[in-house]
Amino acid sequence: MKKRIEDLNVTENRKLNDRFFVLTLSSSVPLPIILPGQFVQALVKDSPSTFLRRPLSVHDVDEQKNTISILIQIAGSGTESLSRLNPGDTLNLVYPLGNSFTLPSHGERVLLTGGGCGMAPLLYLGRKIKAVGIEPVFALGFRNRERVLEHEEFKKLGEVHLSTEDGSAGYRGFVTDLPVFTDNEWDKVYSCGPEPMMKAVAAKCRARNIFCEVSLENLMACGIGVCLCCVVETTSGNVCSCTDGPVFNTRVLKWQI
Amino acid sequence: MADLNVKIGSMIMKNPVMTASGTFGYGPELEDFIDISTLGGIIVKGTTLEHREGNPYPRMAETPSGMLNAVGLQNKGIDYFENHIYPRIRGYNTNVIVNVNGSTIEDYVKLSERINLLESIPAIELNISCPNVKMGGMVFGTNPASAREVIAAVRRVYSKTLIVKLSPNVTDITEFARISEGEGADSVSLINTLLGMAVDVNTMKPKLSTVTGGLSGPAVKPVALRMVWQVARAVKIPVIGIGGIMNTDDALEFIMAGATAVQVGTASFIEPRTAEMVVTGIADFLVRKGLSGVSEITGILNR
Repeated sequence: MKKRIEDLNVTENRKLNDRFFVLTLSSSVPLPIILPGQFVQALVKDSPSTFLRRPLSVHDVDEQKNTISILIQIAGSGTESLSRLNPGDTLNLVYPLGNSFTLPSHGERVLLTGGGCGMAPLLYLGRKIKAVGIEPVFALGFRNRERVLEHEEFKKLGEVHLSTEDGSAGYRGFVTDLPVFTDNEWDKVYSCGPEPMMKAVAAKCRARNIFCEVSLENLMACGIGVCLCCVVETTSGNVCSCTDGPVFNTRVLKWQI
Repeated sequence: MADLNVKIGSMIMKNPVMTASGTFGYGPELEDFIDISTLGGIIVKGTTLEHREGNPYPRMAETPSGMLNAVGLQNKGIDYFENHIYPRIRGYNTNVIVNVNGSTIEDYVKLSERINLLESIPAIELNISCPNVKMGGMVFGTNPASAREVIAAVRRVYSKTLIVKLSPNVTDITEFARISEGEGADSVSLINTLLGMAVDVNTMKPKLSTVTGGLSGPAVKPVALRMVWQVARAVKIPVIGIGGIMNTDDALEFIMAGATAVQVGTASFIEPRTAEMVVTGIADFLVRKGLSGVSEITGILNR
């Protein structure tokens, strides 16, 4: 798949709360095929302390409107600068980058688990899963009620099981404590979020011999497999999470779980 | 159209712009973005005799106007290069140069002998300046006697253009440039990364698994430029300028300070088309100034 460098037009900056926002971008030419799990490298302007592009996962794609959405957490001055973008502004992307989640086969039962901002790619994955005729089930964990992101959007696609650490919304506890994990049989489990959460998901899947894919968020410079900075230790040695990932089957990861 | 041709040893380049080792993969990774045939040359990822896994993650830290890396020469070794990469890139209509690394003099010699047999590789860049490996690398490039020994040994077995990549982590870089020239190198390229480090104050740990790493990007440009200027005055062999080149003006500064050619490095991570843009930019500059060729400005500061 051909990668591009392109100035996209910001069509919407939707604030989710004080720290999270969704940028919707449109292209003047047809978007390339973007697969669920892929990411973009965004060029940050107006932030002198930001030197490198910022890798951001694709939250959603609307083929009809020819738009791509990115859910972003304000984590530093680079993402703070992105949060100030408005309709009419442009954002330069190198995209689409990385591999993608393995879509389920017909009749498989799938669980999509995410935590915090890391759950961003699960919306687009859920949309693609629904498109192949499978009802996705989501298990999403957040710190508290104020931090719950995109609940309504996920509900449009399938059943959503919510957990918060303080119990202010949904089940009290971590996402892996949700009964939906163990009360059902799953053929494929997808996970994206903080590493301890993904490891807990991976451990649950391993114990029951369930297919499990996770999306990693390693620090990276180039995003195209040349700087070799974002490496992940796998059963076949160090590989770049930007080109061999960001999605990995947990069987190939050398996680101590 | 101004004449952009330059010559490094016996290697003719259609223009003075190359891509730096470790920032451009082997070429195919960038093919979606850039027409490689527009470049004067590409220097492929640092290669060793044996497969190397490199250093543990994390290997990178962003810094003001630059970045630290501690990759540690991860590569699949010369066998893999010869069998899987060379056949794919040997047809590039540009100079494909291999960056040669080793832990011992014997490693450097064996590897150079192998690459000498690859007819589509017109030059090697002898890397005696990698700061991220425990054995070899910068150890050779920061000790005059070791530098002399490894360059002489490689020169005996390598018949094509020999470029020596110098470390800035020395008191006097001109000493190493003179040693390179004295031992028969055709050119020196500089600078490799500057040794640096960064600390994560929240975790109270170093940001790199190796604690120290190599600093690159615009942060190092003034230092690199000064060193290129000094070296260009100290030796007669052509100098290749490297260090924080992000655009045409940066490249022109190096050329004016005495660099016959330049390498674009870290900039390719942010704008993969930088090297090609610099080629066009230099040509436009020469036309704008009414100059017939790049040689008219090479080392103009030193005339």
